[in-house]
Amino acid sequence: MNAVAVSSISKSFGKVEAVKSVSFTVESGEVFGLIGPNGAGKTTVIRMLMDIIMPDSGEIKILGEPLQESTKNRIGYLPEERGLYKKLTVIDCLSYLASLKGTSPSVARDQAKGLLQRTGMLPHQNKKIEELSKGMAQLIQFTATILHAPDLVILDEPFYGLDPVNTKLIKDMVAELRSQGKAIILSTHMMNEVEELCDRILMINKGQTMLYGNLAEIKSRYRRNSVFVATDGDPGRIDGVVKTQDHGSYRELLLDSKTSPQKVLASLVSRDVVVNRFEVATPPLSEIFIRVVEGRSE
Amino acid sequence: MSKTLTIARHELLVTLKRMSFILVTLAVPLLMLVGYGVYQGVQHWYRPSEPTVEVIGYVDQSGRFDEYNNQIGATFNLYPGEEEAKQALLAGEIKEYFVIPQDYLSSGSIIRYTKERELAPPPETMERIQDFLISNLIGEQATPEVLDRVKTPMLVTSIMLDESGNAVENHSPFVQFFLPYIFAILLMLSIFFASGYLLQGVSEEKENRLIEVLLSSVSARQLMVGKVLGLGTAGLAQMLVWVASIEVFIKVARVNIPALSDLSIPSNILVLGIVYYILGYLLFAVLSAGIGSIGSNARESQSWSGIMATTAMVPLWLSAVIIQSPDDIISRVLTIFPFTAPVAAMMRLPLQSIPAWELALSLALLVVSIVFSMWAAAKVFRTALLMYGKRPSLKEIVRYIREA
Repeated sequence: MNAVAVSSISKSFGKVEAVKSVSFTVESGEVFGLIGPNGAGKTTVIRMLMDIIMPDSGEIKILGEPLQESTKNRIGYLPEERGLYKKLTVIDCLSYLASLKGTSPSVARDQAKGLLQRTGMLPHQNKKIEELSKGMAQLIQFTATILHAPDLVILDEPFYGLDPVNTKLIKDMVAELRSQGKAIILSTHMMNEVEELCDRILMINKGQTMLYGNLAEIKSRYRRNSVFVATDGDPGRIDGVVKTQDHGSYRELLLDSKTSPQKVLASLVSRDVVVNRFEVATPPLSEIFIRVVEGRSE
Repeated sequence: MSKTLTIARHELLVTLKRMSFILVTLAVPLLMLVGYGVYQGVQHWYRPSEPTVEVIGYVDQSGRFDEYNNQIGATFNLYPGEEEAKQALLAGEIKEYFVIPQDYLSSGSIIRYTKERELAPPPETMERIQDFLISNLIGEQATPEVLDRVKTPMLVTSIMLDESGNAVENHSPFVQFFLPYIFAILLMLSIFFASGYLLQGVSEEKENRLIEVLLSSVSARQLMVGKVLGLGTAGLAQMLVWVASIEVFIKVARVNIPALSDLSIPSNILVLGIVYYILGYLLFAVLSAGIGSIGSNARESQSWSGIMATTAMVPLWLSAVIIQSPDDIISRVLTIFPFTAPVAAMMRLPLQSIPAWELALSLALLVVSIVFSMWAAAKVFRTALLMYGKRPSLKEIVRYIREA
């Protein structure tokens, strides 16, 4: 059973077609990236998953069935716009939100303390939300999202505004959730996070599906025949290299269609060039993103 | 259902802990205590310096008023002319004088002069002058007994009979005019505080974007019902504290303030009061929830709810009409129209004038409008909660109701 099965959902707001016939599935034990430019329809798709708005057509199944109250209890949702009860204490706020997911108050408090400990926020448990810094409030909100041990976790821009330490913390926790067999949907524009965490992705633009499938497979589809090289000194002319692009700390060598990366490596080694970095280039996801959005072909 | 109750419990506890709520709830008993204290203080410390026997000057141009100069509570000094009387007034010998003109018998006019600034002529003084004039007019022809009777012709007891000719429990005028007013005001206060909190809470949750998290856990209907229930319970508790403190206060203060001795809130009014409170609250709370979800911030929503509050206040403004002619068409309309029904009914009930069918109609219409509002508000609530920025126009709101 898929954690999420979406078939051909569409939604219009007045004359604007926000989502046009989008279909995808999300499996348990994977991190699924939902990516796209601003205004592409990502948040609309997520709200339809959450039954916050209803699709005009199409079908959505969450954990095998259309969304009901019992399934809502098994979903954790971190919306893009953050918000918590300013006047409540951290522990009270977490307990209340968990109780709305059907968790009993005592269990909620215990779980909350455990997670607060994990995120280093336990000393702040009795502070009011409004007393926390923005980054700390975000950690609390993330905690609230996973507190009730949901089977499906939907994170909309979870890394926004976090410092590198907290970003790593969240990434580690997401990886843990995946290894526990949970399904995680990650919606973001931070491509490097997607590359690090996601197994499969769906990219939408203007409400339509642009890319869908396994991340590694998609990247290799967009691969140009090139290598990233960093050497001590200039390696000089190499056969089969059509063009060289300087990326600062390394160079990208574009090869002609007859030349394979292995040949270039062999050629460098045979000339006793000190090679510090050699990588078969797959374009960064950010580049693929831009290419797709701008409508350039593969 | 239990998630609704979780929300209700949360809202109730948050409200009960709010400083403003606690203050308002305690304000009524505190005010009564303060009022009582002031009254007692005044009784003990203030000794009126007025002499019990007034000296009133007069000038008699008709020539008939020269006897009976000593009345109960006043002595009447005759002055030969206006000039002399005026001098005596200016010299401080008398506080006032009056002139009986030559044509007094046919005109009845008396002109009174005083240096005191008065809102109205003091009633005791008027009574004494009247006694003086009566004594002089018929003193010769009447026995002292008849004379006394003419001076105080009636000490009235009014008894109202119901349809079957039985005497109805007679309330003092105090109950008739004062109590419904107070009760109606308290009712309104409580309703508007409670629905105000509801509105504030919804607006804040919308403003804080908490609403998305909440809607991922509960449905819009559960949210609305939970809030209405929780806040309603808080409001009801507040009302009960007020009613209880009024009853206690009356019993305690009755000893020292005789005016309160037959004052009490009759039980049928109490019961109907609670019913109207609950219904009135439900109506305004549900509408407040809807309004709170439409506005993009708390302040905007509050101005809309202010309009609602003003309509409910209309019976208070028209209270003179309702109290004087409770069967008037205006009073009837106000009792039946759902927005104004709670206050108008509360004002008319102590006057014993609402026929059963009118009461039933009023309550039924309230219930119908509550049901309709709940249905409409739930739909608007669901949709409008996520609309930020642009406030939806009336047409759009109607569309939400039809679509959701």
